[in-house]
Amino acid sequence: MNWHGITAIYRFEMARTWRTLMQSIASPVLSTSLYFIVFGTAIGSRMGSIDGISYGAFIIPGLLMLSLLSESISNASFGIFFPKFSGTIYEVLSAPVSPFEIVAGYVGAAATKSVLLGLLILATARIFVDYSIVHPLWTLLFLLLTAVTFSLFGFIIGIWAEDFQQLQLIPLMVVTPLTFLGGAFYSISMLPEPWQTLTLFNPVVYLISGLRWAFYGFADVNLALSLGMTAFFLIACLATVSWIFKRGYRIRS
Amino acid sequence: MGTIIEIQQLSKTYANDFRALKGISLSIRRGEILALLGPNGAGKTTLISIVCGIVNPSGGQIRVDGFDINRDYRAARSKIGLVPQELATDSFESVWATVAFSRGLFGKPPDPAYLQRLLQQLSLWDKRDARIMALSGGMKRRVMIAKALSHEPEILFLDEPTAGVDVELRQDMWAMVRELRERGVTIILTTHYIEEAEEMADRIGVINHGELILVDDKAALMTKLGRKELRLHLQQPLASIPEPLHPYRLQQEEDNQVLVYHFDAQQQSAIAELLKQMARHDIEIRDLHTRESSLEEIFVNLVRKPR
Repeated sequence: MNWHGITAIYRFEMARTWRTLMQSIASPVLSTSLYFIVFGTAIGSRMGSIDGISYGAFIIPGLLMLSLLSESISNASFGIFFPKFSGTIYEVLSAPVSPFEIVAGYVGAAATKSVLLGLLILATARIFVDYSIVHPLWTLLFLLLTAVTFSLFGFIIGIWAEDFQQLQLIPLMVVTPLTFLGGAFYSISMLPEPWQTLTLFNPVVYLISGLRWAFYGFADVNLALSLGMTAFFLIACLATVSWIFKRGYRIRS
Repeated sequence: MGTIIEIQQLSKTYANDFRALKGISLSIRRGEILALLGPNGAGKTTLISIVCGIVNPSGGQIRVDGFDINRDYRAARSKIGLVPQELATDSFESVWATVAFSRGLFGKPPDPAYLQRLLQQLSLWDKRDARIMALSGGMKRRVMIAKALSHEPEILFLDEPTAGVDVELRQDMWAMVRELRERGVTIILTTHYIEEAEEMADRIGVINHGELILVDDKAALMTKLGRKELRLHLQQPLASIPEPLHPYRLQQEEDNQVLVYHFDAQQQSAIAELLKQMARHDIEIRDLHTRESSLEEIFVNLVRKPR
């Protein structure tokens, strides 16, 4: 195992975060805080509670998931896309590092950033909304699993994308709408049929539901199903990354 | 001098069916400087990229110091440093950070003392904290070399190392390459500057249309393929060349006052006989001089030769 190689990639990516602190950390924290102010404090105070939880507190897992998904994807996709774009990828490809080590470095750093950001958002939310977490360890597990899985997904997008537009395409056109429609701001039990059933085809529902269970002890779908879907998505991403390196898809001609 | 890189029947066909390499076999000797010459699109960069692991081969086998580049890729790649043709750098990183990153990437533990020496040798020490984007093109090229040498490789690939750099930097690089060779590093360089190959290489390989046309010691190549020219300035213009001199295929120039004889290494002994024959026919010589073909002329002749 080339530990120095993994560390080099990880440190390089983390250094980018500290170098672009405003963009990497401050901006997502600010935009999520605005959601808490508008939906949690301003509008939320006029809405009734859901399953005994205030609306402001109810949306925390969903908003956390929204930030986690978008930041994991964006960090990991940019991390691998930029070396491709600038040509510096030659160095990684010619180094004695295995595909697993490359992924560990890039995805590890992206997931670390996302989890740090998630924890920062949780701390910031406490300023605006009163909440407590029923299962803190499960919360951490869901944060970690989601961060790693979607960083892997971002890594795949970064490899696939051939320009900056493609890089933004899936996060903006697919992931964000799925998150908004996946129960971030409401319980899916509030939806009429057939929307309630159709929503179950949205994979983000299981992520938000699992995290909401970890927070408050209740969820839209069964916990085992949430964990199963997250694990399934993780395995699918791992299999895709493995195929990419085997075939050299868009990285090695 | 043993072999450090063994390439056998290497071929590469890209997805668009372009055959970049057509069964190249080449042995690179430990500690030598091998220059690969060839026109644009000949396959030089593809060859280098395959050895370094950037491009997948379509066929053939490569061993680096006995290690197969696919099966034992860690051992093989850790021995190689690459300075690519393009100035691909992390613009926002500092010189020190990018060089330290390269060393780590190649599996080496941090060694600040070595990196300091390296940056000092490349006149980059004063710029160690500068962002790469703030450096001149020449300085960026030095950074690329520092990155390639950061893990103390035994083999250094230089793909067009002096393209677009000024004369001073080119001279510095040549000096650095010689110094590396003295330390036992094997250097493979591709270049468009024939002067560069002529100046530095121990051996020359010529690639054209994905095939290795030849590979030989530079001196032997010059002797075998280099043409020489003997120009004989006559006292009096010569109306016609006497028949016994016809086998020499002399050319008349400058109003028949100059006779030109083209010969190669094998025909060198014929000069004495030619001069004797001329004396026999009372052709007096005022002056004479010889000129050797440059490597550039040899190269142009080779790649123009119909295959």
